[in-house]
Amino acid sequence: MPRKDAMTDIALGIRGITKQFGTTLANDSIDLDIGRGEIHAFLGQNGAGKSTLMNILYGLYKPDLGSITVYGRPVEIKSPRDAASLGIQMVHQHFMLGLPFTVAENLVIGLEPRQAGLLLDRRRAESVVESLAARYGLNVNPRARIDSLSVGVRQRVEILKALYREAEILILDEPTAVLTPLETEELFDIMRRLRAEQKTVIFITHKLHEVMRVADRVTVLRNGRLVGTRDIEQVDEEQLVEMMVGRLIEAEEIGDATAGQEVVLQLRDLRAVDALRGIEVLRGVNLDVRAGEITGIAGVEGNGQSELVEVLIGLRPASGGSACLDSVELLGSSPRAIMARGLACIHEDRHEKGLVGDFTVTENLILGKHHLSPFRRGFMLDLAAAHEHALEMVRSFDIRPPLPDREAKYLSGGNQQKLVTARELDVKSMRVLIASQPTRGLDVSATRFLHQQLRAVRDQGVAVLLISADLDEVKLLSNHIAVMYKGQIAASGPRDTFSDAELGALMMRGSPETDSPEVADDANHSV
Amino acid sequence: MTQTTQSDSDTKLWGETILELLAGPFVGALVSFVLAIIAATVLITLAGFDVLEGYQSMLKGIFGSPVSMADVLSRMTPLIFTGLSVGIALRAGLFNVGTEGQLLLGAMAAALVGLIDGLPGWLHISLALLAAACVGGLWGMVPAVLKARFNAHEVITTIMLNYVVILFTGYLANYPFHPPTEMMPATAYVARSAELPRLVQGSQLTIGLFVGIGCALLLALLLRRSVLGYEIRAVGLNPAAAEAKGISQTRIWLLTMAIAGAMGGLGGSVEVLGVHRRFIDGFSPGYGFDGIAVALMGFSNPLGTIPAALVLGAIRVGALAMDRTTRIPADFVIVIQGLVLLFLSTPGLLRLILQKRRAAPAPERHLTPTTS
Repeated sequence: MPRKDAMTDIALGIRGITKQFGTTLANDSIDLDIGRGEIHAFLGQNGAGKSTLMNILYGLYKPDLGSITVYGRPVEIKSPRDAASLGIQMVHQHFMLGLPFTVAENLVIGLEPRQAGLLLDRRRAESVVESLAARYGLNVNPRARIDSLSVGVRQRVEILKALYREAEILILDEPTAVLTPLETEELFDIMRRLRAEQKTVIFITHKLHEVMRVADRVTVLRNGRLVGTRDIEQVDEEQLVEMMVGRLIEAEEIGDATAGQEVVLQLRDLRAVDALRGIEVLRGVNLDVRAGEITGIAGVEGNGQSELVEVLIGLRPASGGSACLDSVELLGSSPRAIMARGLACIHEDRHEKGLVGDFTVTENLILGKHHLSPFRRGFMLDLAAAHEHALEMVRSFDIRPPLPDREAKYLSGGNQQKLVTARELDVKSMRVLIASQPTRGLDVSATRFLHQQLRAVRDQGVAVLLISADLDEVKLLSNHIAVMYKGQIAASGPRDTFSDAELGALMMRGSPETDSPEVADDANHSV
Repeated sequence: MTQTTQSDSDTKLWGETILELLAGPFVGALVSFVLAIIAATVLITLAGFDVLEGYQSMLKGIFGSPVSMADVLSRMTPLIFTGLSVGIALRAGLFNVGTEGQLLLGAMAAALVGLIDGLPGWLHISLALLAAACVGGLWGMVPAVLKARFNAHEVITTIMLNYVVILFTGYLANYPFHPPTEMMPATAYVARSAELPRLVQGSQLTIGLFVGIGCALLLALLLRRSVLGYEIRAVGLNPAAAEAKGISQTRIWLLTMAIAGAMGGLGGSVEVLGVHRRFIDGFSPGYGFDGIAVALMGFSNPLGTIPAALVLGAIRVGALAMDRTTRIPADFVIVIQGLVLLFLSTPGLLRLILQKRRAAPAPERHLTPTTS
């Protein structure tokens, strides 16, 4: 519930903050007050200026103009250290925890309670963690090692870390992107608890319904400008979309494919071992992917989805089973040979496997096809052909800025993903498209664009395998849904086979029984 | 606007490369050089020597006469090759510390092929250079194989393999190929037909310089415009993406190290055929290791290798002159070289200095103005 006294004193006063990068105004004289004990959500598309503003608050960027007050006192935040001394802490999208260390060790790092001035007082560190955790209802075992914890629990550790550093203003950067529905609920409870303790929570997200559920107020940014700040009771999702995009987007059309076509990709008892960890990461996957259909794999990340993709595209050897494309075995072929057979892939991490950041847009658009005509002329590349191709792709996929000679790392996330999509979809005789977390970190319009592309590919008769941690996305797009749990397909069937509760239970426990949700939280039994 | 950018994409290539060098790396190299000189000035003064006198004699040693300038070019010749050897490997993400070994093995191959009698000059020289490139290239592939097969880090293997070559070539020069009447630990002199023609009377400058510049141009072309060069850059910049898109890392490692080894081998051969005319045990004062400095100063760009090798060659020649004519030891030049590298490899510091010079960087640099 929004607190009526939320504005009694102002935690953060932002006045005329302006920041320019080159010719783009990332923040254009932003004015905003954020109250103490308030959950304040920030909405905006990629490149709207949210991250810039947060980085200014956190001391990573210096604003060109403008001033900031913290509890009414004018401040200059030059570094994250300054921010910390003012009680501003940020929980990043990518966690910054030392994996082989325990929760307590991670928490106190840099500010350790010491024994005789030298040794870490482990017991005291653990008791501090326990009391903090109890106070905010964060159920975490201080002696657990980080690498044994689920993503949701790791996030709690990050929040605890901020609280241990006496955070008064907590910035959560897209905290729900990595969480399951249940974990998201728990996070919201924690946020409410923080509000009750008079902490200020700044919540950055792409998901409208989350804003409506948990925030007191919401600020929408667009193209670096502040469009407006609203009390949650006074807006609905449609209005927020309009504020974000500047126009109303019609609801996505689902549109169904003709079902029951031939099986293009057939996986039978597919197995793979992670040599480093020495464990079996794929434990007998069985799956059919049909032409003209989207088959969606739902599941909590880390249940073998990434490894499955790696096996299919030839990057990781399988230890058993078979994977047939058009009834011919894929396993054992090189990535190049597999691509030549019509398997395209939009990778889950565009920075890691999708793009070469220091390559230009042109160079990235021919990656994987550079050895084929028309881009190759004997030993040399045909740069003119590559350039022409880039201009065409930039136009038809609306990649911005439309500069083929710009290095890909300077593009926004949405445009980078468009680039990857453009390259992967521009394949003659495509048979299978693997789309792994294709819309992660993308804004509303970029997400819709990608969804449209996937449907268009499906309608051309391509077999699409969609892998997403976002259950809504899987439900929205897929004709068939499969749930992956601990290296196996726990269940699969047509879209309407499962209820939401069943899907959630399958994702958390691998079985459709929906009772006792607490059991799901197996990673953090308290001592 | 689309037509204009496309039509001149061809002519843009060389111009753009030079512009890029001028805009980023080149200024960086210059600034770090100036900083290094300043630091060295302080050091030499603190050590109680007369800096002005030292620099004067250095400059005189470099620019004093046509022969001294030719000596600079002669000194830079092997450095171009070793700089290319280290640089091309860096572009594929490999740190080739084995250039010294590749150079020695290539030098030995050239010295042995040079012993053959009765060949016409052009053929003999070509054969000797080819042998050096092949032997160096094959040797260069050894660490690549070890890396691909056993995941052995190339820095360790190349360093270790250097010792193998140093001792092996030393053995060859001292025993099997050592002429009985010779006092030095060296092979016999090569045939006249294998000697590289000298260009300036009284200097050791040979046509090897042009071979080096030719190789630099060739590698620049390879990296920018060939399919292989594209794949080398892709593997160097993002190996995971390259592998995922069907570029075999192992293949690129092998080919790149073959090229790197060939460059090292050629560097040894021009030194043997042009300067010493035989293989002398320990003839290389560490050209291979200087190649690391050259490659870093040239920002792993083959064309950048040329000015980098020139600068290093010049200060080396100048150092000798300073050592001869003043009391300042030539070791201070090693200090300067070290400082240059130190400043170059701390890009954060450089950026700070450079950013103050250009307050507002223009990201639209490559955008051709099309207002018409």
